[in-house]
Amino acid sequence: MQEVIRTSDLAKTYPNGKSVFAGVKLSISPDQRVALIGANGAGKSTLLKCLIGLLPSSQGEIMTLGESFSSTPSSAQLYRLRRQIGFVFQNHGLVGRQSVLTNVIHGKLGLPGSWRAWHHSLAQGNWREEAMQVLSEVKLSEKAKSRADELSGGQAQRVAIARALIRRPKLLIADEPAASLDPAVGRDIMKIFSDLAREHGITLVYTTHDMEHALNYSDRIIALKAGEVFFDLPTRDVSRAEIDNVFQG
Amino acid sequence: MSSRAERSLPGRLPSLSPVSFTMLVVVGAVIIASIGQVAPSPEKLAVGVPKLLDLLGRMMPPNTEPAFMQRMFWRIIETFQIALAGTVIGIVLSLPMAWLAARGVSPLGIFRHAPKVVISLFRTVPDLVWALLFVSTVGLGAVAGTMTIIVDTIGFCGRFFAEAMEDADKKPQEALQAIGANRVSVLFGVILPDIMPSLINSSLFALEKAVRASVVLGLVGAGGIGQELKVAFDLFQYKNASAIILAIFLIVLVMEVVTDRLRVKFQ
Repeated sequence: MQEVIRTSDLAKTYPNGKSVFAGVKLSISPDQRVALIGANGAGKSTLLKCLIGLLPSSQGEIMTLGESFSSTPSSAQLYRLRRQIGFVFQNHGLVGRQSVLTNVIHGKLGLPGSWRAWHHSLAQGNWREEAMQVLSEVKLSEKAKSRADELSGGQAQRVAIARALIRRPKLLIADEPAASLDPAVGRDIMKIFSDLAREHGITLVYTTHDMEHALNYSDRIIALKAGEVFFDLPTRDVSRAEIDNVFQG
Repeated sequence: MSSRAERSLPGRLPSLSPVSFTMLVVVGAVIIASIGQVAPSPEKLAVGVPKLLDLLGRMMPPNTEPAFMQRMFWRIIETFQIALAGTVIGIVLSLPMAWLAARGVSPLGIFRHAPKVVISLFRTVPDLVWALLFVSTVGLGAVAGTMTIIVDTIGFCGRFFAEAMEDADKKPQEALQAIGANRVSVLFGVILPDIMPSLINSSLFALEKAVRASVVLGLVGAGGIGQELKVAFDLFQYKNASAIILAIFLIVLVMEVVTDRLRVKFQ
């Protein structure tokens, strides 16, 4: 089965010459749930953005969802990639004054006919139904009419997950999705992520610096330390001591 | 034990550098010279105030003849039409202008300064000057007044809309740009809903400002009730003038009350 993500000798260096990571070799198969861990500044988010072409890499080759590129993908590749990827950020990035339903339908932006995703009232019927379907999957269908700025942090992040799912992505990328939430809500969000990814057969790659989130919701853990892959193991083979080691200076 | 320097009290007045002191003296001198040259002197006031009281006396009571009131009513309607049409068209044109001019939002990059300069030009040239220009080009009447209000509204709303767009929450914009939303989608899907209270607020101020402006545009022939006021003063019909001034006061007052209520409603 073809990998969803494959890299060889990937490196990223900032214009000032500072190296973020180097020699990164990854191979992620479909349906895997991968936790990318590392201390603050280890380059997790930068690596994630390089893998999907949102940031240029400095060296090496990347193959994501069948699109091969070095440094940055072409605009046609980026367009094809974006159609297959769902994103969830640490900050949910919802439009506070819009309804939950409109925010979910915003997930269709960037697709053909996407001007109809500006507002739920413009959206075609099947998009509205899909939006309600994904909202029910994150257990928020009763909030469809509520304004996004009336939601709690956990609810807002669930809407962000629904917005990512409505794209029917093959790959779901989440950058510290539970970092700004309290522990119980954070666990709830990670469980929703993990369950939905498994249920829909979506490859999930998420960054976290929470040991529990890495151990409990992934099939595989990739640890970054000092700009290199420190370990890359199935989650069942990773001990807490090894994770502790990642975060120690 | 703390040293003497650490315990010393700060001075009551901030210390001034020689340059600041010189600037202060120059500004003070300019203000005093200006007051001396153009402010009303006691002699002028002694002559002017009795004349003003005499004029006010001749203005009373305001003319309430039905024929005049009917003519004034239609002029008030025309004034509102100038203000409303000019403001609405101006707001609609302000949105793309503001989008093109807003830093971090405009698709024009460095060329966003071009629409910004046009907006500044529209704002800085006074409305009466625009009215004179349009009366010269499209002739006397309400059309010149409406065109003036359009330009004035673009100057006002263009600036405030652009500033609101620049201040809009960046996180949803980044989230949707990451999935490939283009600039137009980000504008309609994220920025406009986000800044809607600010847009409504600025638009209501623009409407209020347009009503105030449209009552005086008639003084230079650009239609509306101001034209009646000019005729009244030119023909020494002071009772007509007082009725018109009262009507203008009422129009502006009603407009302020209405826009204040709408502002509260849309916050």
